Amino acid sequence: MPITEKEVREIAQLARISIAVKDICSYEDQLNKILAFVDEMKAVETEGITPLAYPLEETQKLRNDKVSEKNQRESYQSVAPTTENGLYLVPQVIE
Amino acid sequence: MNLPNSVTKIIQGLEDGTFSSQELTEAYLNRIDNLDPEINSFITVCHERALLDAKNADKSRSNGSASKLTGVPYANKDIFCTKGVRTTSGSKMLDTFISPYDATIVERLGSQGMVMLGKTNMDEFAMGSSNETSFYGQVNNPWNTNCVPGGSSGGSAAAVSAGFTPLATGSDTGGSIRQPAAFCGISGLKPTYGRVSRYGMIAFASSLDQAGPMGRSVEDLAHLLSPMAGYDPKDSTSSMDKIEDYSGNLEDALKGKTIGLPKEYFSTSLDRQVEGVIEEAIKEFEKLGANVVEISLPTTSLSIPAYYVISSAECSSNLSRYDGVRYGHRCELPIDIEDLYKRTRSEGFGEEVKRRLLTGTYVLSSGYYDAYYRKAQQIRRLIKNDFTNAFTQVDAVISPTAPTTAFEAGTHLDNPVEMYLGDCFTVASNLAGLPALSIPAGFVGGMPVGLQLIGNYFQESKLLSLGHMFQKSTGWHQHFSRDDLKGAQ
Repeated sequence: MPITEKEVREIAQLARISIAVKDICSYEDQLNKILAFVDEMKAVETEGITPLAYPLEETQKLRNDKVSEKNQRESYQSVAPTTENGLYLVPQVIE
Repeated sequence: MNLPNSVTKIIQGLEDGTFSSQELTEAYLNRIDNLDPEINSFITVCHERALLDAKNADKSRSNGSASKLTGVPYANKDIFCTKGVRTTSGSKMLDTFISPYDATIVERLGSQGMVMLGKTNMDEFAMGSSNETSFYGQVNNPWNTNCVPGGSSGGSAAAVSAGFTPLATGSDTGGSIRQPAAFCGISGLKPTYGRVSRYGMIAFASSLDQAGPMGRSVEDLAHLLSPMAGYDPKDSTSSMDKIEDYSGNLEDALKGKTIGLPKEYFSTSLDRQVEGVIEEAIKEFEKLGANVVEISLPTTSLSIPAYYVISSAECSSNLSRYDGVRYGHRCELPIDIEDLYKRTRSEGFGEEVKRRLLTGTYVLSSGYYDAYYRKAQQIRRLIKNDFTNAFTQVDAVISPTAPTTAFEAGTHLDNPVEMYLGDCFTVASNLAGLPALSIPAGFVGGMPVGLQLIGNYFQESKLLSLGHMFQKSTGWHQHFSRDDLKGAQ
């Protein structure tokens, strides 16, 4: 089932990307081409096959629960667009 | 000075004192300054830093504290974080980002005393197969500047090919080391998933991404892979498997090795002349004593669909971090938090990245997850099983790296699916996590053709020796895109 213009808007909202009205159709067209081609997968029977998320399937390595890094807040915040007193600044979220 | 044409000769020259690292570094920097405007392979060139590192390298040579690679120049793909140096990942989003830390491989190569010449151009966030999606402009193929160098590590491949650096790092999510290596006539290795640390490598699709070496010859790749490989406590997916002696095992004989030829790879999409070059290469392997047998990888045609679902899904998750708050681009005067996110991301990302973010968001969204994402992961297991079966009979799988030689810029820009189909021979080894090597195997119409060898898990050494023995006997890696490199020492 092809993706609709409305769905393109909804996905864009989920991905927090704004798309200009004039570009919606082109995205709709390209996404439909991509989805039509990945739909080839549907022809394959995969009942009972365990999905593979990582190629090596090794168990996750754990480390001791100890502090291993020193505090580098100043260095990390030096690349932030705006900070104040060690805090990241964003537009007001709660009225 | 005449630039040496192999890393082995560079090491020799530095050890003998034929030239210093400062002289060598200066020669490469001059070459970049003079000729890169035509190629655009670098986003950032680190003149001062490189000369300072070279001076320090010469000092350690003279006081006896040098290691093998001390003073050897190289370039990093701009996907690797470099402390104090701009790291853009080819995106406007990170145009002003100066990394506060080094990627593990940058730290490791730096601690060997290697000299970083600069950061190479790439498709934006490594999403592309032609280097045309870079915010910093397309890279031109040194063999024919109307053609693309491949991607996403197109800057690294073009820089090695044009003689701007003897070695470069790359990253490979679906072929991004191997395909540009093939298009630019150089050698490139995607190691086994987990062989090289991903810490500080800007994430695209975390279950597929792997860093690897790019250079003129397999022998050069072995020099660079040794310090790159190995377990890193900062990357929990990096492997503790033992590291082999990559340079020491290069001369392992081909006699008695079995190479598998997957019948599905020689299909209609493959250019006939490229096929002819690969057939010649297969004969060469047989002449060297290898047995070549036909094998079957039945899931081959499903690898691109599965790859584009999984890689888009993972990128839509990974790139959610670019929100205009902690680093990177931020839109002007946001009216609220929603506006901050949406305008920042719309301004900061290019078309191809947005397309993949939308695709990834769609396949992960409620109601579609099972049909796309879960299905792709099930197919991923079938693809892995195909290879596991194949490796019970063969030492390596042989194929072309790409179905064509480098195409002209602009050819596939309007049709993303056409561009994606060019990755048909490379994506399967990322999905399965297998090591794969691309080496030059000949020419079609003056443009280089790449040959791919896929190996079993953690058998980089075997792959490199297969490639090295082929190069020793054919010399295809000694064809140069620039006439003045022929006369090199």
